[in-house]
Amino acid sequence: MNYNWNWGIFWEMNPEGSGTYLTLLLMGLRWTLATAALAAIIALTFGAIVGVIRTLPARWAVLAGDAWVEFFRNIPLLVQLFLWYFVVPELLPKAAGLWLKTLPNSSFWTGAIGIGLFMSSRVAEQVKAGIRSLPRGQAMAGTALGLTTAQTYRYVILPMAFRIILPPLTSELLNTVKNTSVALTIGLMELTARTRAMQEYSFQVFEAFTAATLIYLALNASLTFLMRRLEKAVAVPGYVAGK
Amino acid sequence: MKLVGIAALLLALPGLASAQELTGTLKKIKETGVITLGHRESSVPFSYIDNNAKVVGYAMEICGKIVDAVKTDLKMEKLDVRLLPVTSSTRIPLIANGTIDLECGSTTNNAERQKQVAYTNTHFLTASAFVSKKAKNLMKIEDLKGKTVVSTAGTTNMKQLVEANAAKNLGMTVLPAKDHAAAFLLVELDRADAFVMDDILLASLVASSKDPAAYQLSAEAFSLPEPYGIMLRKDDAPFKALADKTTSALYKSPEGAALFKKWFQSPIPPNGINLNVPMNAMLKKMLEKPTDSADPAAY
Repeated sequence: MNYNWNWGIFWEMNPEGSGTYLTLLLMGLRWTLATAALAAIIALTFGAIVGVIRTLPARWAVLAGDAWVEFFRNIPLLVQLFLWYFVVPELLPKAAGLWLKTLPNSSFWTGAIGIGLFMSSRVAEQVKAGIRSLPRGQAMAGTALGLTTAQTYRYVILPMAFRIILPPLTSELLNTVKNTSVALTIGLMELTARTRAMQEYSFQVFEAFTAATLIYLALNASLTFLMRRLEKAVAVPGYVAGK
Repeated sequence: MKLVGIAALLLALPGLASAQELTGTLKKIKETGVITLGHRESSVPFSYIDNNAKVVGYAMEICGKIVDAVKTDLKMEKLDVRLLPVTSSTRIPLIANGTIDLECGSTTNNAERQKQVAYTNTHFLTASAFVSKKAKNLMKIEDLKGKTVVSTAGTTNMKQLVEANAAKNLGMTVLPAKDHAAAFLLVELDRADAFVMDDILLASLVASSKDPAAYQLSAEAFSLPEPYGIMLRKDDAPFKALADKTTSALYKSPEGAALFKKWFQSPIPPNGINLNVPMNAMLKKMLEKPTDSADPAAY
């Protein structure tokens, strides 16, 4: 291969005047973290609500939950972000659309919300699976004790269900982090976008992508480590997810 | 540059070249019988796909001449030409690892990039300008004060925009877009007031838009015109010498001017639009005195 390696490139000044190329990548990492954090919160909130709804006795609730999951799960994330960013503002009344278009950091808000809702469908699916994996007797025991449906979920079902699905939720969290890179298509200057900018400016493509690979790897490895700690901390001794 | 030119000429002398052991790209082409051209999919009018799914364009024709020259120089009866679409992200690794031998598109030639790849003689010069809707009446850089301005992420244009914003204290909101099409869409949908890009690319985006009459190009540019070149592998003197000799002869001949007229001043596929790019003094000089210099001041 005819390639001019230059690992010192990270300490050279970037042409945007914001410091070195390393600074450029770290600025991207900040957006990746912010987007992933907001998206994860949205995914967990909506995922938990929709997941629970889908196990309720009420038929209309189950249908609504199913519709949510199918809608967000069956459309590619890239297309969803395009819809949120380019199409939705055109469908709104003119003033509202204009407000949305001129919102500062609109690609961040659109990206985080879009990725969050996309991931919520996956979280919902797992919450549902977690609840379904519990013996039916647990809910019946709750009813027998005189608990309302809400109380049964709050005190009996959800505490166990969430413990069971912690490992797959970790995977979803990592997916959320990785999916933030799709937001570069709507102009969010996150880590992958910055990496591509670096290769355009310097033509040192392999160095740039090696750095991005290592940063993503380190970020996700630390998240996995933290989630393992969390799993241990909340484990119920002697039961399903416990030891 | 002159020294390099003389060296290139010496290497390109036919007797000398055939007497020498073939190296690099030429050796590879001779052995495999294949030359691979990297092309762009929507870089009008340099290299793009027309309505017959054929790759056409100004840079493609120049590359065609280089291919012919390679075939003659290596005395090959048959030379397979393979086409591979590239993007701005894939073009460098594909050149470096030998997948493509020439990148025929609209790649800016600058000193920074020459550390990684080589360029043959400049085939076009373009300056950073901006496009906006006529109704907004923006002509000069000063007019962009306080406006929302978009450019394509990771381009030299973006860099110039950011610099001008800081230097002239314009207080613009600068938006990055993924590619030229997305950036233009932002202007079309009024998400941004102006789009800063190479003037030739802006002209082709406007020409192929739904309502070309609604847009105007700025009168003022952000930079001196920068050269576009066909990219090839670095440190491959015999191949570069052949490419330089071919392109130089082409540009100086009437065929060079005809080629320019064909792609920049006549209707081109797919929609028969005419970009109407005037042949200015710099472009004239570029054709009369071909050079591979990355320095805008050399033109």
